[in-house]
Parts: sequence; C-alpha cells; structure tokens
Amino acid sequence: MAHANPTGWKRWLFSTNHKDIGVMYIWFAFFAGMIGFAMSGLIRMELMEPGIQIIPGVFGMDDAQARHMFNVLTTGHGLIMVFFMVMPALIGGFGNYFVPLMIGAPDMAFPRMNNISFWLMPPAFILLLLSTFVEGPSGMDGFGGGWTAYAPLSTSGHPGPSMDLAIFSLHVAGASSIMGAINYITTIFNMRAPGMTIHKMPLFAWSILITAFLLVLSLPVLAGAITMLLTDRNFGTTFFDPAGGGDPILFQHLFWFFGHPEVYIMILPAFGIISHIVSTFSKKPIFGYLGMAYAMTAIGFIGFVVWAHHMYTVGLDVDTKAYFTAATMVIAVPTGVKIFSWIATMWGGSIRYTVPMMYAIAFILLFTMGGVTGVVLSNPGADVALHDTYYVVAHFHYVLSLGAVFGIFAGLYYWIGKMTGKEYPNFLAKLQFWITFIGVNMIFFPQHFLGLQGMPRRYVDYPEQFAYWNWVSSWGYLVTLVGVILFIAVMGITLSRKKTLGDNQWGEGANTLEWTLSSPPPFHQFNELPQIK
Amino acid sequence: MNVKGLIAGMVAGITALFTVAAGATAQDRIGQPVDKGIWLQEAASEQAQKISDFNELLFWIILVITIFVFILMFYTMWRFREKANPVPSKVSHNTFIEIVWTVVPIIILVVIGVISLPLLYWQDQVPETDMAIKVTGNQWNWTYSYPDHGDFELTANLVDNATFDDPAKLAAAEAELNSFLGWPAKMNTRLLDADYRLVLPVDTKIKVQLTASDVLHAWTVPAFGVKLDAVPGRLYETWFEVNQTGVFYGQCSELCGRDHAYMPITVEVVSKEQFARWVALQGGTIAAAPAPTLGR
Repeated sequence: MAHANPTGWKRWLFSTNHKDIGVMYIWFAFFAGMIGFAMSGLIRMELMEPGIQIIPGVFGMDDAQARHMFNVLTTGHGLIMVFFMVMPALIGGFGNYFVPLMIGAPDMAFPRMNNISFWLMPPAFILLLLSTFVEGPSGMDGFGGGWTAYAPLSTSGHPGPSMDLAIFSLHVAGASSIMGAINYITTIFNMRAPGMTIHKMPLFAWSILITAFLLVLSLPVLAGAITMLLTDRNFGTTFFDPAGGGDPILFQHLFWFFGHPEVYIMILPAFGIISHIVSTFSKKPIFGYLGMAYAMTAIGFIGFVVWAHHMYTVGLDVDTKAYFTAATMVIAVPTGVKIFSWIATMWGGSIRYTVPMMYAIAFILLFTMGGVTGVVLSNPGADVALHDTYYVVAHFHYVLSLGAVFGIFAGLYYWIGKMTGKEYPNFLAKLQFWITFIGVNMIFFPQHFLGLQGMPRRYVDYPEQFAYWNWVSSWGYLVTLVGVILFIAVMGITLSRKKTLGDNQWGEGANTLEWTLSSPPPFHQFNELPQIK
Repeated sequence: MNVKGLIAGMVAGITALFTVAAGATAQDRIGQPVDKGIWLQEAASEQAQKISDFNELLFWIILVITIFVFILMFYTMWRFREKANPVPSKVSHNTFIEIVWTVVPIIILVVIGVISLPLLYWQDQVPETDMAIKVTGNQWNWTYSYPDHGDFELTANLVDNATFDDPAKLAAAEAELNSFLGWPAKMNTRLLDADYRLVLPVDTKIKVQLTASDVLHAWTVPAFGVKLDAVPGRLYETWFEVNQTGVFYGQCSELCGRDHAYMPITVEVVSKEQFARWVALQGGTIAAAPAPTLGR
C-alpha cells in the first residue's frame, strides 16, 4: 500500500481522500437540507391560512417582527438550498466520489485543496446561520432581502451587521466552490485513464466538467458584486446608490450574470446522473452520446448570455429585452435534445423499474413541465403578468426542487449500494418515492394558479381569495414531510444493514468504471490504471 | 380512432374547465383575484387583453408539448418494460431523428418569437397620453400626484386587519374614504383595500411616471396589464387605458422589506365627469403641493 490509512477523527478532518470528502459533503448537504426544509415548513405552515398565525408563536415575537422573520426564512431557505444543499450534494458529494472513479483516476488532482474546499463549507454555513441572530433592519434580527439581495434593500434597508455576515458566508462558500471547480477541471483534463478520450468520458464527468467551468467563470462576478455591497454598506462607496452616481440596477446585472449560470450549475450534474440511470436500467448505451455532451456544453454556454430575462420589469430598454427573449428561448433547443435523447435511450430498451429509475423518469417528466413554463416566462409579453408572482416560484421549484432534488434522490439510490455495499429496503424506498412525488406536486402545481391570479412572491399574508390553493399547497408540504421522514428511515435502515453487495449491483447496463470496483470501493483505488479500449 | 377520441375529449374537458373559470371571473368581482381562481384576472385594458390572449396561446402550445412528451414516455415505459422486451436493442444513433427533434423545437420557438416580439415592442411604446400621474413607492405605502391637475398629492396606506375585525372602525374608515372620494364606497377586501384610492377617468390614456424614495418596489395592477419596478433615482414611464369603471386592485411586486405584503394598490376608475368633480373636490381640500424631487 503506497499510502497510509488514517483512522479516527484524523481520517475525516485531515482527509485528502476523495471518497471520504465526498461522503462528508453528502452528510453536510443532508444536515443543511434538513434546516432548509424546516424553514420551508415554517413558510408553508404560515401560508396555510390567511393572516399571521405560526411565526409569532414559534419564535415568540410580535406581528411586526414576524413579518420580517418570514422574509428571513424565505431568504435563508433560498440561500441554504442553493449553496449548502444542492451544490454540496451534487458537485461536492457525487462529484468528488464518482468523477475519479468514473474516469479511472486514483484521486483528485489536488487532494489537499479538496480538503480545504470541504472544510470551508461548515464555517460558511455557520456564518449564514449566525446572520439570522444579529440585527438586520433596525430593531429586528436577520437578513430579509431575499437570496437575490437586491440593493438598496441589502444596503440602506438592512443597516445592521446581519447582511455583512451573510456576505462573508457567500464569500467563503464561493471560495470553496471555486477551489472545487479548479480541482475538477484539472482532474478531468489530466487524470483520465489511458485510452479514455474526452469523447469516451462518462456523461456525469462531462456534466461536472461543464459545471466547474460555469463556477470558475460566474462565482468571481458574484464575489465582486457582494464585495461592492460590502463597501457600499461599510466604507461609503456608492456603486448601487443613485445619490452618489451609482445604480441599483447594476447590482441586478452583476447578480444575475452569476445567478443564471448558477441555476445550470445546480441542474447539469443532475442531467449527468439521470443519463447514467436511464442507460443502466434500459440496458442500452445512452442515445446520442455526443449530442448529449454537447447539449450540456451549449446549455452552459448560452446560460451566460441570458441573465437579464430575470429583469424584464426593471425598466430595461426594449431592444435589450428583445435580445434576451430570443437568447433565452434558444436554451429550450438543447434541453429538448436531452429530454428526447433520454426517451430514445429507453426506446427499444429492456426497462427495469428500480427506485433510481423511478426518480429518473419522474425527473424527466417534471423537468419537462418546469421547462415549458420557462418558455412562457421567457416572453416579456407574458412575463409582465407573471414576474414576481407564484408562477415563477412554481416554475423554478419544478426545475430545481423536482428537478435537481429528484436528481439527488436518484443518484443516492443509484449509488448508495456502491458507496456502502449495503442494499436499500426496496418496498419502503418505492413508498418514499410515491409519497414524495405526490407531495411535491401538490405543493407546487397549485402555485401556478396562484401566480396566474396575481399573488406576488415573498408575501407573509394574502387576501382571502388566494386561500384555497395556498391551503392545498401547504397540505402538499405535509405529505412531502412524510416522504422526507420515510427517506431518513430508508437511509437509516440501509446504513444499519450488513454489507452484502458485490461489485455490480445493477447488472449488464451499469458499465462505467465504478462498477468494476468492490462495494464500497477500496480506500485507494486504481493503483494500476485501467485501460480503456 | 381511440387515441384521437381521447385527445379530443381531453381538449374539450380542459376548454370547458377554463370557460367555467373565465365565466366565474366575469360574473365575480372585477379587478381582483377570485376565490379558487386558476387563470389570469379579467382584463380591463388593451394591454391586459393582449397579455391574456398571448398567455392563452402559449398555454395551448406548452400543453400540447407536455402531453406529447408524457404520452411518448408512458408508451415507451409500457412497450419496452423488461417483461415485454427482454432483449434490448443496441441502437444508440439515428441522425434523422436527432435532426427532427432539434429542428421542430426551433420552428415552434420561431413561431412563438414572431408573435412575442411584436407584442413586446407594442407594449413598450408610450403613445400621446391625455394625462399623467406620478407614482412614488415608499416603505410601505404609495404616494400619488396629479401633475396635470394642480399637482395635488395623496398617500395611500393599507387599511389594517384590525379595521376589518371591528365594524365601528370599518365604518369610520369608509366614512373617511367617502369624504375623500365624494361618493359612497365600500371596503371589503383585506390586504387589497387602501385608505385612499388612486382615482382615474375611464377611456383615457394615462401616463404613469414611476419612482421610489427608499428601496425597490413594483407598481402592479394585473387587470391593467401593468407591472414596473419603482427604482430610487430613476423615473420610469408606462401607460394604460382602462376600458371600464370599477375598483381595481394590485399589490407591491418587488420585495421591499418587512411590510412588502402590506402596501396595496387600489385604483378607482370613474367616468370623466365624475373624475372632474373629484379633482375639483381635491382642489378645494388639498392644497397644491410642490412636486416631490427625485431620489429623496
């Protein structure tokens, strides 16, 4: 054995092993996800009926503080789910664990940088949680300006130190992600097994490669934007203050130049995972492999030139809006290629309906629904009515909550056997799928109706006319809660079982390199590099 | 054929559903959401009508696409299940079908674009208008002024929940509103009714000049098809022409802090004669104030 096998706390704290770091990322995402999910629970319970009823009791505060607290919860839910749940799970977790395995590499290119990438995440998360306990607007705690943190609400609107902590949190999380991205790019470019050309590389590695490029190019822009917020807040600059020649709209351009690629950062790794699952359980190679790879590349590229479609009602010039409309609609083409290629992979296959496959199929169907409402929103003519309403909330939860999160569930069920050598309880897992599937659709489908009727986003209270669909939506949350509790039970049962699985749990369809190793894989794999024909 | 019949049935069913929903909207209160509503609010201006028509067209397009993908998926799932097809094919390329599923979406998107872009340019132009109002968003109320009518100014605040719980308070608030308007008015919608209303004449092209005094807000009235951010330091223009009288409601649509949900937009549209009487009343009761400067 060329390397040491550290044990105890040193194994984790000093870890330079990509599999251990991947596992830590997944646990981190799990805990952060539970907090984010609890926040959405408070939001949905508050919105179950008109009026303010839950938050004052839960936090022991008066109505005025509760209204601000609601905004803190929506802000926290958004930031946590984006930066501390989906990204760590898909990129840090599955990316770390499976990219080296899939490309036949012994580890990541920079193992120690990998360690610091992970260990920056807990302090970042703690900073964000701390920000909810210090003053935001005068007399109230926490930052309630939305995950978008639009100026001037994030500057003069929140004079207290809460926003500064949130900014530091994003700086640290961003540094972590940039280092992770550099690591992936270097690893994938330099450490592929002999014979694995870039055009033979598994699609999940492709998706992580593209995601890493998006991170490296977009996160510095976010870092710049929030640094400008920081200096506007503390050092008297006026980048976003019209009184000093600045412009609040500038912040929105900078934010969305990061923010739009960010949504592809969240969904592309899920695309990669879904491709492997569909191929494995159809017992067929992926249909149109090159088309799939370059569709992701095209989505990543176009994702950088469509940012202002989030800003149709901020008073943009009409020609600008016309350009962003056209550019945005173009994204539907490579996305359509992916959807149809997945169905074509299944076509002619011999399909086995395991839990990961059920999640993958649900992903394809629900992502289609989220995609078509995206086409509606890409048109300023319709967006005038729908912008900043619950229609938008429904749209992005269909592509992220029912897209990226279903991708995480699918990946977890697909690979948990590989990661632990243990088999998940099949019946309970299927039950978990169905309950979650029904629950999330019950939450988010009625929100289309609310949005069409004109209910604005980020509202703690609403007129009685919106009561019915909000009530349905909140009950959907309770159904989903049962699904999440079941998920914890399923994972708990899985982890408490004995290691029974061999190298390849899924049979002939699973033909990427990780299935040639034992389950779980050895602490150090590929001491002799595999040869790819 | 069976499939055709099924699709025809589904289309008929969905059409019926939306006709019922639209019918409910028409006979219910105009200018605000309806209970259990699932569609856009009833249009009261040309813009809103065009948005509504365009949204309906998009709805049919995305419905057909979604049903197509779902049917294709369900058929594939059924036809190629392990039992029915134990030996998988090895096909992983078909250039023709890949070109088809690239080109057909492009054609659909071009069709949407050809309809969408002219609508965008039409929405953007501000024609010769008959009068202007100036709207300023504040944390957390709206200030309206009438530069063409002596520049008088009013600030509309939310009627708070306690008022709706207490008949005496409600009567007092309504009495205050009546004396402000000069005609009887009822308050019946919690979170949508403001203490004072923006009063506007019907069938008049109205220019809206929009800004904000502190943070971002967005001035929205769904029935007028208007939604525009109010930005400190900037003065935006838009316009609308309301084609019927009545009370129309909207809500702030850009997160603006603690009371974001508590700064409603209440617009009462009246006949031109009634509007003139109201202006005269205001001229008598509210002294012409100097126009507020930008970016206070």
